[in-house]
Amino acid sequence: MTAKTKLKTVTLSKNYDSVVALAGADLEVREGEFVTLLGPSGSGKTTLLMMVAGLVQPSGGEVWIDGKLSTYLPPHLRDIGMVFQNYALFPHLTVAENIAFPLRMRRLAEAEIGKEVTRILELVQLPQVARRLPRELSGGQQQRIALARCLVYKPSIVLMDEPLGALDKKLRDQMQLEIKALQRRLGITVVYVTHDQEEAMTMSDRICLMNHAKIEQIDTPETLYFRPRTVFAADFLGDSNIFKARLAAGRLEGPGGLVVNGLRNGVGGPVTAIIRPESLRVLSNGEAAEGSAAGKLENVVFVGGFMRLFVRLSDGTILQAKGATAPGLTLPPPGDAVRLGWPAAATVLIPEGGAA
Amino acid sequence: MSGAERVLRRPSRWRPYAGVVPLALFLLLLFVYPIVDLLWLSFFDKAGEPSTEHYGAVVANPVWFRVMLITFEIAGWTTIFSVLAGYPVAYLLATSSESTRSRLLLWVMLPFWTSFLVRTFAWIVLLSQKGPLNRLVAALGLSDAPLSLIYNFTGTMIGMVHALMPLAVLTMLSVMTNIDPRLRGAAATLGARGGETFWRVYFPLSLPGVAAAALMVFITALGFFITPALLGGRRETMISQVIIIQVQDLLNWSFAGALSVVLLASALLIFILYDRLLGISTLSGEARAGTGRKTLLGRIGDAIGAAAVAVLGRICDIVQRAWEALRPPRGDRARRPMARGVLWLAGLAIIGFLVLPALVVIPVSLTGGNFVTFPPEGFSLRWYQEYLGSNVWVEATLRSFAVAALTGVLAMLLGVPAAFMLVRSRARAKTALIALILSPLIIPRIVVAVAVYVVYARIGLVGTSVGLVLGHTVLAVPYVVITMMAVLKTYDERLDQAAASLGASPWKTLTKVTFPLLRGGMIASFLFAFITSFDELTISLFVSGGLVSTLPRQMWNDMLLQVNPTLAAVSTTMLVIITAIILGAEYLRRRAVKA
Repeated sequence: MTAKTKLKTVTLSKNYDSVVALAGADLEVREGEFVTLLGPSGSGKTTLLMMVAGLVQPSGGEVWIDGKLSTYLPPHLRDIGMVFQNYALFPHLTVAENIAFPLRMRRLAEAEIGKEVTRILELVQLPQVARRLPRELSGGQQQRIALARCLVYKPSIVLMDEPLGALDKKLRDQMQLEIKALQRRLGITVVYVTHDQEEAMTMSDRICLMNHAKIEQIDTPETLYFRPRTVFAADFLGDSNIFKARLAAGRLEGPGGLVVNGLRNGVGGPVTAIIRPESLRVLSNGEAAEGSAAGKLENVVFVGGFMRLFVRLSDGTILQAKGATAPGLTLPPPGDAVRLGWPAAATVLIPEGGAA
Repeated sequence: MSGAERVLRRPSRWRPYAGVVPLALFLLLLFVYPIVDLLWLSFFDKAGEPSTEHYGAVVANPVWFRVMLITFEIAGWTTIFSVLAGYPVAYLLATSSESTRSRLLLWVMLPFWTSFLVRTFAWIVLLSQKGPLNRLVAALGLSDAPLSLIYNFTGTMIGMVHALMPLAVLTMLSVMTNIDPRLRGAAATLGARGGETFWRVYFPLSLPGVAAAALMVFITALGFFITPALLGGRRETMISQVIIIQVQDLLNWSFAGALSVVLLASALLIFILYDRLLGISTLSGEARAGTGRKTLLGRIGDAIGAAAVAVLGRICDIVQRAWEALRPPRGDRARRPMARGVLWLAGLAIIGFLVLPALVVIPVSLTGGNFVTFPPEGFSLRWYQEYLGSNVWVEATLRSFAVAALTGVLAMLLGVPAAFMLVRSRARAKTALIALILSPLIIPRIVVAVAVYVVYARIGLVGTSVGLVLGHTVLAVPYVVITMMAVLKTYDERLDQAAASLGASPWKTLTKVTFPLLRGGMIASFLFAFITSFDELTISLFVSGGLVSTLPRQMWNDMLLQVNPTLAAVSTTMLVIITAIILGAEYLRRRAVKA
């Protein structure tokens, strides 16, 4: 991708008295890209977004929007759009007036405003609600109007602060796909904040994972999931088996007799190893695998489309594996001796005392 | 009843009301009944025959008509000034951070609770012909002759606005704090400058608060008598003053009743008008539920309003754009929010106007001279000796303390169970009950006082401390219920359920879990009730019957006769006591709500 840079932050930071809300964030977003700031609450993701919007003044660092230094520029001069957590629709204005608001601020002619409002309402498939007040709409409809109000003036960057947080699961899933489709179709640049990893995976071109007021890792969803660079990243996204191990000459020795052969990693020494449960499978008698561990089946949980197997190794470490389910399947009884196997490539190693 | 029987019996359907019954009965007996009785009385002539002669007199005699007109005029201007000056303060408070807000709020609460008498006394000192304000004007050479600031309309206005602006601020604030702060951020990201954001978004949303504040101030002002009597001239005679004269000097109770009814009717009429236009729920700061279809008048009003805010917004925007063109905002340098600075300056100036004048009583009380002068002549404590050496003053002070303490206890006994019920049960009559309990705050106090007096006179409660306590409790109990309800709303009822599930009886739960956790809020409620009584003049004026004087009553008598430095000593004492109590109560209340 060689698209031009839309947004750049350089060691952007924010302190409240002695509390660090964001410590030196460097982020670059390219034109047409959908970047999600993902992290637990208090990780600084909303602070970062608010400073990009100009609603919070940075303590240090720089914000560049469209190649223009905008660190301390007031919001109305930034050419950004923002969708707020609870939509922040003006309760005393009708839907049409809400959408017309940014156009009025830009001194458009009334005739043109009317045309634009109609166009955008059709885009979000709600042409019939123009004359209603926000509180007369359902949550999903309010969400779409908030989006319409933000898109109608074609801002350079669209910022979204947990815009789907107030919706129920089904509607949220649907809106995720809708927003994503709209973003692709219009080619808009989006910076999106959420604490929901599934949402981030579904929508993002890249995810900026945040923790403790710092950026932990910025990567595509696939890389972030399968090649986490830190224990936090592995732990936060999906399920994972994380344990300490020793690496020597391409062979990993872990707890309870766990071994992985054929690793290409040359460095030796203590490491933290990460394996996703879906990479593990139960080996049949005599079957060999690059990575393997033997133990006793402790518990089996049926979760619909898949099942979780918990295997206790000889030293007490528990490995979690995911297995497919199908009609007529009988769950293996707890207490059985089992062996788990996985390919060496599915093992992620993080040097001890390194990035983790 | 055996245990088994008790377990098997279903709770009666009256049970949810149990907590509120004593208070409801109390108010029906000592508040609603006297007012209805007064209404009834006003339809009889002096001989006891049914007649409308009193109302005829009210209409026929142009003097009474003029008094009504003046009353409305003073109340109207007071409302306009209180709301206009109170708005920036409320706005500043509502848009500040939580901690800044609670710090500033204290300075609005303090004058709200400080005795009207003390504050009026302070104004007498400040505004008098040789007072500090006129000295300042002369020193600056602004005017050759001293300005007449007192015993006229100006003096009345200063005193009334000073007295009622805190009420306007607190009422507007309750609506403004419910405005989503993100809306201002949203407007900014959508391209609105400060002026457009304020006029197009914030101001329209704050209007219900403005209307509610105007209503509260206007209705309260209608019943005022302390300020116009002490700071106004002959022209500034309000209806309450006439009522007092009719009761005290002319003993014409039924005519006083008729005047009270006229006052009450005007207040209610305004209330109904307000409800029709805006809905009562805005008073409590709650947003309106579905508005339904609007009338033609409503739509025209909306259109005019929208055009007005658009024009105001545009004017501000043009100014701000010009400023931006002159000094373009830079991306590399933090901007200083100028408008905010101006707002702070205005807000602090107005809060200063509210808080500072009362302080003048302190130096005046320490004068060595024989008269009330500012600056004081020399220093002495003789006026405190005078105060504490006088039997009349000491007795009045002690009685005020005793009556206030008993009022506090009684108001708690009645108000706390009622607050529990109003917060926790889902009884259907809840709204009506809240309206009943809060109505002593809304009905002009003078009307309550006359009504209570007439009933007391019949059963021999006039001139007794019991009568004072009962009367004051009517006025104090709404504050107890409001405070306790606010505290209870933040109390997690599951703690009680947990205690019950662990085997505690209802009584044990209450005494071992609930009350200890609510202690701060309960002490605060008690103190608010205490102050309401300690500072009360209207009911005391009639009920004390000249026999059992309270501190405010004694101050009032002295102030009507002659202003003297003893009054300053008494005022200072009251100021110190009330400030200490308010600071204590606020501290406890905040701790209780936080916990």
